Amino acid sequence: MSAITRDEVAHLARLSRLALSDEELDHFAAQLDVIIGAVARVAEVAADDIPPTSHALPLANVYRPDEVRPGLTPEQALSGAPAVEDGRFRVPRILGEEA
Amino acid sequence: MSLIHKTAAELGALVASGEVSAVEVARAHLDRIDAVEPKVNAFLHVDAETTLAQARRVDERRAAGEELGPLAGVPIAHKDVFTTTDMPTTAGSRILEGWRPPYDATVTRRLREAGLVILGKTNLDEFAMGSSTENSAYGVTRNPWDLSRIPGGSSGGSSAAVAAYQAPLSTGTDTGGSIRQPAAVTGIVGMKPTYGGSSRYGLIAFASSLDTPGPFARNVLDAALLHEAFSGHDVMDSTSIDAPVPSVVEAARQGDVAGLRVGVVKEFGGEGYQPGVLARFHETVELLESLGAKVVEVSCPSFTTALPAYYLIAPSECSSNLARFDAMRYGLRVGDDGTRSAEEVMALTRAAGFGPEVKRRIILGTYALSSGYYDAYYGQAQKVRTLIARDFEAAFGQVDVLVSPTTPTTAFPIGERADDPMAMYLADLCTIPTNLAGNAAISVPCGLADEDGLPVGLQIMAPVLADDRCYRVGAAVERALNDRWGGGLLSRAPEL
Repeated sequence: MSAITRDEVAHLARLSRLALSDEELDHFAAQLDVIIGAVARVAEVAADDIPPTSHALPLANVYRPDEVRPGLTPEQALSGAPAVEDGRFRVPRILGEEA
Repeated sequence: MSLIHKTAAELGALVASGEVSAVEVARAHLDRIDAVEPKVNAFLHVDAETTLAQARRVDERRAAGEELGPLAGVPIAHKDVFTTTDMPTTAGSRILEGWRPPYDATVTRRLREAGLVILGKTNLDEFAMGSSTENSAYGVTRNPWDLSRIPGGSSGGSSAAVAAYQAPLSTGTDTGGSIRQPAAVTGIVGMKPTYGGSSRYGLIAFASSLDTPGPFARNVLDAALLHEAFSGHDVMDSTSIDAPVPSVVEAARQGDVAGLRVGVVKEFGGEGYQPGVLARFHETVELLESLGAKVVEVSCPSFTTALPAYYLIAPSECSSNLARFDAMRYGLRVGDDGTRSAEEVMALTRAAGFGPEVKRRIILGTYALSSGYYDAYYGQAQKVRTLIARDFEAAFGQVDVLVSPTTPTTAFPIGERADDPMAMYLADLCTIPTNLAGNAAISVPCGLADEDGLPVGLQIMAPVLADDRCYRVGAAVERALNDRWGGGLLSRAPEL
């Protein structure tokens, strides 16, 4: 049995906002099946009573001093934008036609 | 000796004394880049005018009587994953083609403050995901030892630039081995500092709990000088450690291993390792013993599951981090013809802007984090991470440093593993545990493999914030081997 199906890969691609071609889906499904089969080995490690580690450093709630300092100017913030209008980011429509 | 063959420490001293100007040093390296770049392709961006302007400023500061640091006027190649306001920053991806960041990374800013002269931005695997630099959207970089082979990755442009004498120093980032592995396969020194010891502010994120900036150099002392120049606490990175930088330069100058306890990791060796790599590794362990180190074998059983744990944790973090590339605020936008929704434009842009390895990892990470699989994959990988940290803790109760080969094989041919992700992932087998536990490790050259005459790296791992031990042992090995060889390993590389 395969670890992951082509349909599952297509679903994950949609969730990840990746418009993959049929060819890419075929290719990735086969490769991901091998990769997931290999990484599934972590399940064989008996670790029921082991706490998870999300981060190597035991840090929590680190704050920097609350000081006012200059941020980016509007020009700087917009300097890499794909489209700009009236000093703002211009984006494609977010709501459907009926909205 | 020509300027390009000098060490960074020597160049810094020449500039400080006024014997040579920073502009002359920069020109010599720009000329070298012109001469060998068509063969090596280490850089994504070189701009002589910007470089020379930086060098002129260093000369002006010196002329004005300013006290300059040990690396002022020394050229450096900068991995194209750190933001730079005066040069494009692409992370090796089409999605950021031509992007000019509005701010400098902390590492970039500290290079500038130390008077280092940035020669350009180096090639890398897209978003630092890979072990060969073949995943760059802008072409492959070639290993100066053998142009048909990979320079390692993801920081392959940075390793190749230093090995090819295009720069005496370069920056890298190490998430699963992306500094140590390229250093090993190009015969240079590469250091992954303790996680949090160097700032991630302005470093384009791949896996935030693992990403660590670090130095490349042709010798241990130069690496330590660069390490010291850009490391240390940064309020702009909330995971930055608020503690003094370990005294790495002093350790590199000292290089004494008498009485030091060295542990050989039992799990790293045997099947899957190239005989020539193991031969050089075992000789170097004997060398350490002859220098007065006490060598014992140490078992770290969880290290064998580090690779699968990493390939769940890193893609999970990547799938989340790369969500920011949404075609709205910066970077590429594809398919915005007035009829498509933002969501469609986003999906088309990401499909066009990301390469295959990045797509694979985003999908893998999305899978590992999805409900129903989270506990079995991401959750379990995090528990393995705890076990690896415990193995290190137990080992460092018995020994001062651990050693292993840096990589199982020497540089492999370009194309050999390009469409076989699992084979590619094995290149990081020995380097990954250190990233998961957050401690420090260095790779130093330890000879050439008999089979192919290509460089082999020795990995030296030390506890969290004991980065100085990596340099101390690395310097001892370097000194003893250079005495034996009658010069550095790179002096045996073919002429380009």
